Amino acid sequence: MAQMRVNPTRMELTRLKKALQVARKGHKLLKDKRDELMRQFLEIVREAKTLRETVEERLAEANRSFTVANSVMQSEVLTSALMMPKQDVELKIGKKNIMSVNVPKYEISYKTKNKDDIYSYGYAFTSGDLDDAISILYDVLPDQLRLAELEKSIQLIASEIEKTRRRVNALEHVMIPDYVDTIQYITMKLDENERSNLSRLMKVKDMMLEEKRQKDKA
Amino acid sequence: MIGDYDSICGFSALGMDIFPVDDTEQARKKLRELDNDEYGIVYITEPLIENMPDEYERFKIKTVPAVIPIPSTTGSGGFALTTIRNYVKQAVGSDIIFGDGK
Repeated sequence: MAQMRVNPTRMELTRLKKALQVARKGHKLLKDKRDELMRQFLEIVREAKTLRETVEERLAEANRSFTVANSVMQSEVLTSALMMPKQDVELKIGKKNIMSVNVPKYEISYKTKNKDDIYSYGYAFTSGDLDDAISILYDVLPDQLRLAELEKSIQLIASEIEKTRRRVNALEHVMIPDYVDTIQYITMKLDENERSNLSRLMKVKDMMLEEKRQKDKA
Repeated sequence: MIGDYDSICGFSALGMDIFPVDDTEQARKKLRELDNDEYGIVYITEPLIENMPDEYERFKIKTVPAVIPIPSTTGSGGFALTTIRNYVKQAVGSDIIFGDGK
């Protein structure tokens, strides 16, 4: 039983009743928001999980080829082979609004459209494994971006869900019960006043009648 | 891309900017440096980001840049998946995607 410290007046009662209504409405809205966020969140998490697994697998593959390339080639040759990239990527960042959470949306544009153009070196001095590695990396890049998008969304939505949940709980377990208790307290207090007033009136009436009877007798 | 040279040099062929670093301290410095609006996504190898959870925490609430862990040459340590799992726990209150404890 926790009630607010207020004056038990009619005005206060009206004010509290209004506040309670607002709180209930807000509670319902926030609850809906939380549920919807949760649904979206779980969808994203599921996708992110599978994507993360594939991306990691592909990257491991690329790394393996790379290590082989590294061991058959001199490291200077490798470095110089990769030094001047032909390919250039540009990242455009947009925003998508999921239930008032702004999540990023990435869009990538390549400078060279043709996939065969990605190799920035002559084939004569480099190992075929290097080609493999780079080709895999190229293929995995869109997935990698999508993954970045998803994981960032997960981070943002997770904190938003937590915030919303706290608010819902605060309303449900603290604010609304407090309002209800206080309203009850005021109602009871007012009723009590009413009753005491009534009995006072009855008493006064009795006294007046008594007085009148005395007067009549005399 | 931030990471040890072997793990990330391949990405340079794709036109991404690579920043090779040798240890956590350098990586931390680099990460702070890249925290401007120039880069939308910062990929960082798992062993590095694992050693600086405080920095990672800092980027969590920012929309840009997104700091995303990738596996290094030594393979994936599962850090990223663990992280996702933690987010699920944070949001839902229990681990319902990955289930079965681990």
